[in-house]
Amino acid sequence: METIVLPHLPGQPLQVCLFANVQNAQFLRQQLLDGNANFEYAFLDAAVLLSRQHVLAACFRAINDMLQGRLKSKNVHSEIVFSLSPNNNISESFRRFGVSETTNHILAIKVGGDQAQVEEHLRQHVEGQMVAFTDGALAGMRDESRIRKAYKVDIASVQADAFIIGSMALKGS
Amino acid sequence: MTETTPVLKDRLPIPFNTSPEPFTLVAQGAESLLYKTTFLSPSQPAALKVRPVKKWRHPTLDKRLTRARILAEARVLVKLSGEGIATGSGGRKVKDPKKGDVGAGGMRGMVPAVLGLDWEQGWLVTDWIEGGTVKEAIYRASRSRAGTGVPGVGDDEARVEELTQLLRKMGEVVGKLHACGVVHGDLTTSNMMLRPHATQARSTSTSEGSLDGDLVLIDFGLATQSVSEEDRAVDLYVLERAFGSTHPREEDLFACVLEAYAQGEGSGMKGKAGKTVLRKLEDVRMRGRKKSMVG
Ligand SMILES: Nc1ncnc2c1ncn2[C@@H]1O[C@H](COP(=O)(O)OP(=O)(O)OP(=O)(O)O)[C@@H](O)[C@H]1O
Ligand SMILES: [Mg+2]
Repeated sequence: METIVLPHLPGQPLQVCLFANVQNAQFLRQQLLDGNANFEYAFLDAAVLLSRQHVLAACFRAINDMLQGRLKSKNVHSEIVFSLSPNNNISESFRRFGVSETTNHILAIKVGGDQAQVEEHLRQHVEGQMVAFTDGALAGMRDESRIRKAYKVDIASVQADAFIIGSMALKGS
Repeated sequence: MTETTPVLKDRLPIPFNTSPEPFTLVAQGAESLLYKTTFLSPSQPAALKVRPVKKWRHPTLDKRLTRARILAEARVLVKLSGEGIATGSGGRKVKDPKKGDVGAGGMRGMVPAVLGLDWEQGWLVTDWIEGGTVKEAIYRASRSRAGTGVPGVGDDEARVEELTQLLRKMGEVVGKLHACGVVHGDLTTSNMMLRPHATQARSTSTSEGSLDGDLVLIDFGLATQSVSEEDRAVDLYVLERAFGSTHPREEDLFACVLEAYAQGEGSGMKGKAGKTVLRKLEDVRMRGRKKSMVG
């Protein structure tokens, strides 16, 4: 569990928690579908995440769009999922980057909130091992073919990070 | 090297206007301000380009122009970073006969990476390129050459050799850029950075007069996508003229740029394509001369 304060966005600290080998992805997804107010999180499928920087770029874009009153989806948490996408299709972005029944590893992000409370809540409801949110951990969870497909690139390593992050930043232009 | 001028944060766009992070004004152009700050992580330096509102321009027109220029720059940078790896419509599935071969990885490391932008607010963040501009590096090298006292012949030769290598790099990188189907539009030695090699120790990288390092192209605000030989020749002509007036002492060596452009290792304009551009360049020079005789 880690609290990340993005430069320039001190008012929107991120509570971030990476879970390996999650057993109840279906339950977590259902909470989001039901709009359960206790589950205000971005639950990302860690298999399609390239690096910390990749994730933080999506968070910055989502929060900036929120501050500008330009959210394209329901709230800042769904917007983080959408921000990972290189195109404007919202439901496709949820399918590609959000938690699904078959998700093994989950990155949970909450904008704002209290670290201890968030950690306690996640521990209670996510059946998986908390691991440190590092590039190394993400590399071990990555599904390269899914990343290649999502971003239309033929390599899914850090070699492609500039193109991937740039494509996310340009989305909707 | 860059003095810290107090930055008036409230003149920055949202969300930077309320940011606790440090901003250093690095350059102030006619259309834009460039700050060094951080982005995504407090330990990650970044370049923030802001295009402030032009009060004298009609607001709707101003918004449109700001948006167009921010987006033009970002789109070209992202396209270049995907060169050789992107498989979608932005990538090169269909081979354009006028496009040269750049190889996988394309321009990676030769242009800054886009980290974020807001075309409504008029800002663009790219990663920070360490080192300084090629212009500064050449000035520094020429000063330290003059400062060695006895102008030892061997020392001078070494300097010329280093400078030649740098000029060749310039030609190669511009060649790669053109082969990617992009012309820069404002090639000068201030729009090129010399980044010390990752392995170079800090002390040697900033050492007096070193011309070693990787060449990085910046400032794509006027870049366009084009494979026309004419446009490519004009791009080189702009560089030639800028180089001559900025570095008159080194002007004679400029031929190295053109040579490397058309045949250098790693250049994308090897062979026939490059030669055609150089022939066009002669026409462009001719026209330039006529124009300056009339004007
Ligand atoms: N990514 C970067 N990293 C480090 N320094 C940079 C970077 N981008 C720009 N600079 C510095 O800032 C100066 C101005 O930047 P740039 O050339 O992009 O702006 P400009 O000439 O004002 O722009 P424009 O012509 O688009 O209005 C450069 O000459 C360089 O010294
Ligand atoms: Mg410039």
